[in-house]
Amino acid sequence: MIQTDICIIGAGPVGLFAVFEAGLLKMRCHLIDALPQVGGQLSEIYPQKPIYDIPGYPEIKAQELVDNLMEQIKPFQPTFTLGERVDHLDKQEDGSYMITTNEKTKVHAKVIIIAGGLGCFEPRKPALDNLEEFEGKGVTYMVKNPETFRDKRVVLAGGGDSALDWTIYLAKVAKKVTLVHRNETFRGAPDSASKVFDLANEGKIDLILSSNLKDISGNGKLESVTLEDKSKAEIKIDTDYLIPLFGLSPKLGPIADWGLSIDKNAIEVDTRDYSTGVERIYAIGDINTYPGKLKLILCGFHEAAIMMHSAFKYVYPDQKLSFKYTTVNGVNAF
Amino acid sequence: MVKFTVEDQDGNRQEVEAPMDMGLSLMEVLKASDYPILATCGGMALCATCHVEILDGPSELGEATDVELDQLENLPEYYPTSRLSCQIRISDQLDGAVIKLRGEDVV
Repeated sequence: MIQTDICIIGAGPVGLFAVFEAGLLKMRCHLIDALPQVGGQLSEIYPQKPIYDIPGYPEIKAQELVDNLMEQIKPFQPTFTLGERVDHLDKQEDGSYMITTNEKTKVHAKVIIIAGGLGCFEPRKPALDNLEEFEGKGVTYMVKNPETFRDKRVVLAGGGDSALDWTIYLAKVAKKVTLVHRNETFRGAPDSASKVFDLANEGKIDLILSSNLKDISGNGKLESVTLEDKSKAEIKIDTDYLIPLFGLSPKLGPIADWGLSIDKNAIEVDTRDYSTGVERIYAIGDINTYPGKLKLILCGFHEAAIMMHSAFKYVYPDQKLSFKYTTVNGVNAF
Repeated sequence: MVKFTVEDQDGNRQEVEAPMDMGLSLMEVLKASDYPILATCGGMALCATCHVEILDGPSELGEATDVELDQLENLPEYYPTSRLSCQIRISDQLDGAVIKLRGEDVV
């Protein structure tokens, strides 16, 4: 179990900056994010896009901002659980919270901050009737441990970079790899695309183009995948695994079940301190809403500063908070 | 102003009117009209959450650009006249067009 003062759900720019504001007040933070890397949508969606409205930076690339934030919070030694989604918040007798992820990681914290942006990025799923029945029983949306697929038969579906990259990788590991793509060509990295065509020509993978997933079947676990080509002809492929790779899309997810007041996919907060209606739970950044809300990174930074001063009372109930400037006090590392 | 028809995920149709002189995108107008469109990336053609299908309109309106196809091709499903509404400028091209929302449900 991880023990911390503050657990921040979401490691995007606002979640990261919150660590800095907490650190100035001597509060330790642990961050959890569903993505395998920090930075939220900045790193996931537009790492190379310039941002023009960060105070003090006439122009900064999204990933550069994330890298700078990581540097800025280093003195406060934040810890991270990445690639896991928070599923449950359980209030303890003393008012603190036990946080449990989908991988059963447990974090004990005095305060929870939801900085979840648009929610957690979850894989887009193909429209197959019985898909959910086979999730975890052969259907998986992420390659977490490639060894799972050693000497197994794997069907991958999709045409983007991740479908190409995993096809190339798994060709070395799996017994049989089939890549299904709806078009004749790939728009992913040309290098990867030509490698995939080479593997197909060498007979190392089966490449099935101009085809879609039509049906999946099995008995308790996945046994076969049926594909349909443009002339509606079907073929059935026996397989152990199906990995649909159609990108990620944000979903509010379990946050909706935590008893918070939600309006249009955002958490309603009190603008005095960005607290939710539930004691010790705050929401900052794009995930919150209040009259006049602007979904801007700079507004999230402001919210983080105000909110941490409010959270201080839960972490240090016996101490009086005195406000100090970094110009006076510097940054006192942990 | 230009008038066109929007069909939501449930098949309900409604006429929408939008100004042509404000440099708006179709995504922005749909959001302002309270349609459930995430537009995660804010209009950079980087997320495909503002996916629409052009059911009726001039043929150019149904032709996705390269940057749009990069996203559309990643989706589990898209259509011959699929577009990203963030890449459609409000213009007289939309006059009388019928737009079907194809973005994922917000919730």
